[in-house]
Formats: sequence, C-alpha cells, structure tokens
Amino acid sequence: MSADVLDRTAVELTRAVTAGELQPSEIWSAYRGRAAADDLNAFTWVAADHPSPPPPGAPLAGVPVAVKDLFCTRDVPSQAGSRILEGYRPPFTATVVERLHDAGAPLLGKTNQDEFAMGSSNENSAFGPVLNPWERARVPGGSSGGSAAAVAAGRAPWAIGTDTGGSIRQPAALCGIVGLKPTYGAVSRYGMIAFASSLDQAGPLTRDVADAALLFSRMTGPKDPCDATSIGFPEPVELPTATDLRGVRLGVPEELSGPGITPGVLAAFQASLDTARDLGAEIREIRLPHAPHALAAYYIVAPAEASSNLARFDGVRYGLRVDGEDSLTELYERTRAAGFGDEVKRRIMLGTYALSSGYYDAYYGRAQRVRTKIAEDFRAAFEAVDLIVTPTAPSVAFELGAKSHDPWEMYLNDYCTVPMSLAGIPAISLPNGRSEGLPTSLQVAGPAFSENRILQAAHALEGALGFDGSEARA
Amino acid sequence: MIDREQVLHVARLARLSVTGEDVERYSRELSSVLDHVAKIGELDLDDVPPTSHVVEVSGALRPDEPRPSLPRETALAQAPAVEDDGFLVPSPGAS
Repeated sequence: MSADVLDRTAVELTRAVTAGELQPSEIWSAYRGRAAADDLNAFTWVAADHPSPPPPGAPLAGVPVAVKDLFCTRDVPSQAGSRILEGYRPPFTATVVERLHDAGAPLLGKTNQDEFAMGSSNENSAFGPVLNPWERARVPGGSSGGSAAAVAAGRAPWAIGTDTGGSIRQPAALCGIVGLKPTYGAVSRYGMIAFASSLDQAGPLTRDVADAALLFSRMTGPKDPCDATSIGFPEPVELPTATDLRGVRLGVPEELSGPGITPGVLAAFQASLDTARDLGAEIREIRLPHAPHALAAYYIVAPAEASSNLARFDGVRYGLRVDGEDSLTELYERTRAAGFGDEVKRRIMLGTYALSSGYYDAYYGRAQRVRTKIAEDFRAAFEAVDLIVTPTAPSVAFELGAKSHDPWEMYLNDYCTVPMSLAGIPAISLPNGRSEGLPTSLQVAGPAFSENRILQAAHALEGALGFDGSEARA
Repeated sequence: MIDREQVLHVARLARLSVTGEDVERYSRELSSVLDHVAKIGELDLDDVPPTSHVVEVSGALRPDEPRPSLPRETALAQAPAVEDDGFLVPSPGAS
C-alpha cells in the first residue's frame, strides 16, 4: 500500500482529497486491501465493491469508516458478536452510519466486538477474539476491540464504536489510539443494537484527536426523530487547534488515580500531569466520594437494562431458532440457551434477578440512587475545575485468557470509565506513553456537552506527549 | 448468596434453559458478583432521588403522523418460520 495513504491521519486524507492530491478511490483501494487481509480478526465483514464517489465537497471526502457490528447496516451482516444474530441482515441502517455516509464516509467493514458489547477484552465474541496489534498474545480491550485494533493497525483510517461503561475508551487505551465517549444523547442510538439504553452512546475511535473531532462532528447532528433520547449538539464541533493549557483547571480525583492502578500506568499518568503543568494547566486535587461505588451500581443498572433489551431475541422474527418439543416457551428457552454466550447469559441472569419481585428496591432502586450521588459529585467537582483527568484503564493490555476466570476482575477494567458513563458526561481517552512496551492512556472528562473543550485540551496534551503509534501499523 | 432454587427461578423468568452443572456455576458466579455489588447497601441513600435520566430532555415525542411501516414481506424475510403472512410459532398453550 502506498505510504502516502497509510501515513496520513484521516483529517490529512480529507485535505489531500480536497487539494486534489489523492483520489477517494485510491484511499478506498488501499484500506479495503488492508482490511480484507487483516489477520487480527478485527473485521467480521469487509465491503467488496467500490462505493460511489462522495458528493463534491463532502466533508469526510470519501475516507471510509469501519463500523462496530453493533450498528445495524442494511443488507449487511449485523450480528453484534452473537450466534443468536448469525446471518442477520437488517432491513434498515443506523442513523449514525447513515449520517457518516451522507457526509462522504462509505462503510469499509463491520468490526468484531464482545457479544452485545458485554466485555472488556473482546474474548466474548462468538466470532473469536481480536488480537492486539502491539502484541498478538494480548487482548485489544473491549467491547469495541475490533474497531480499536483496526485503527491502531492501520486496517481502517477511523472507526466508530459504542461505549456503555468504557467500551470505546478502554480498547482505545489498550490499542494506543484515541476514543471519545460523547455526552449521552449527543449521538442518535437508532439502529444501535441495545445493551443498556440509559448508558449506551456511540463515538469515534481514531488515530488522533483531530480525527476524533472531525468524525464526531458528523456523527452528531440534529435530534433524531427515531430516538426519543437523542438531543443533538448545542454548538458546532470544531477541529481542535490548542497547543497549550493556559488557564485550564484540571482536577485529579484521588479515588480514580491511585487504588487499583498498576505502577506503569500510574507513572505515565503522573508524567502527563507534569506535561499539563508545563503547558500552563493548573492541577487541583479533587474528590469524587461516590466513584468507588460506581462499578457496583453499574453492574446492577447495566445488566438490568440488558435483561430487558435482550428479551427480544427469541427465535421468532430473525436470527437463530432452536425448536423445542412442542411449546413456545421451550422454543424461547432453547434458542436463548444456544444463541447467547456465557457472559451475556450471566448478565441476563444478574439483571433478571435484580429486577425480580422482592429485590427491585434493594438493587435497581439503590443503584439508581447511587447514580444520582455520582452525578452530584461530578457537578460539585466542575464548580472548582474545568476538566477531570484520570488514567483510562488500570493496566496495559493483558494476555488473552488472563482475566476470563473471574468476572469481577474483568469488570475492574472499567473502574475509571464507568463513573462518567453513569453521569452521562463526555470523556476522551488518549495514549500518553508506554509501559512494558505497551500503550498507556489518559482520560479527560468534562461536563455534559463540553466536547469542544475536552477535544481542545486533549489536542494540546497530545502534541506535547508526542505518542508514536506507527509501530502498530507496521 | 443465590442458591440452586433461585438460579432455576431466575432462569425461568429469563427464558434461558439452564441445566446440570451450569446451575452450580451460576449460583457461584452470581453470588460472587452480588457480594461486590452489595457494598452499595452501606451507603445512606434515604433522601436521594433515583436517576431517571442523565440529561434534561423535554418534548421528546415526535409528531404523531401516520407514515409507512416496514413492508410485510421485508419484516418476514428473516424469520426462521413463516405461515399465512405471519411468524410461525408453536402454540403458546401447549405445555
């Protein structure tokens, strides 16, 4: 493939097309070839035909996008990493994929993921695990592991994923790329196969911060009449240009910057705080007293909502069907037992239990109250600081199989990302160094709809940190 | 602690057939997760309202205007079994 294409970020590619230096068809051929030859199992489907050329002046200029398999795409397999949806080709396309297409980004392929977005390692996919391009014996993170690996390895110029408790930010961290979880409601959820509806949000996974801003600017848009929880975005999303952090107050929550974080990740985090200071930021210690309870609340709320959302997979209208001896109930029970993987079943069971008669108040009711406290903690913190910084994932990418024996140990991967999800606020993950040769990462969070400020700060940090991801694309 | 009996009850509610050693496994795994989750029981939350939605929204309903729905043949195209323009299933009454 021509280095001309691979060496450029997506923003640079759009500029090269606009300047007439590159044709969209050259970009397509280069990336389509790399995606088709992918040996990381990052893709579950790759487009075969050249797309029609983008309309003249289209902002995304024909730079193709890889899409997590959780998004429905018309007549294209959309299986959410699950056997129960094997072969499913939806009759409609998710709003966000439609918007990207209209802005000039054709669909390059569908990316592998943890089944129904439940997982932090991509080992829960019915279509096999994705390998981390930095070291193939390691996981890429999850659940948007295919999207993260594809971008990190240069098999896609950029990608979209979904984040419920960290499913964009954590794989971005483990693969050394940028991942943005937008404010809840900023991006339409129509056509996104639902996991936990009060938390799910789509966002970009990209090589750098400017790419994330450009892709996000076209994912959001006016309120979608097909998604009653969509809000849109109150202002234009700008391409970030900041090179310093003068006047920016960054809060470091002690609850999310020490306990449970490995020494290598912590060292990189401390170095990033020094970098931020050098850029002119004021670093303040803050408290988020309820953050240590976020994971517990999340593992009630998310499974409860999942148990309800996944009731629709019953072997009647689409997907897998396993017939019973004679009754409809037996058909349901056998189809679901055969179609869902272990982790999905575990969460359905957990959520059903938490919502069942006699337990609702003790579990779901309490968890929703904890959620209120967590949101209040953030509101109070944002009185004193502009943005909050934490490590993204507590460790670098771990080895395949290392955490699959104990569900809670796997869940701890999202310790630093779940609080923002419960509060519905935006957060970006960006690589900030290496430990054991593998990428470490920094999370920057802000109040609802502060994406422009987050992107500016992340851009300034990115420039000063100078992380080089080219090794993973080699 | 979730015992055998509760695992089977929850599996029935969730329409998941669970058999043999899976019952013990679920009992063990779910109990372990619930032990972690139970820590929120220590918090004083008496006067705290539950979160119903994270971002203020109002007027979320779209105009109630008739519009075409998915054509019947499209809706049925992916169904495992179809009869007389409908999804075919065993009788719910059968035991």
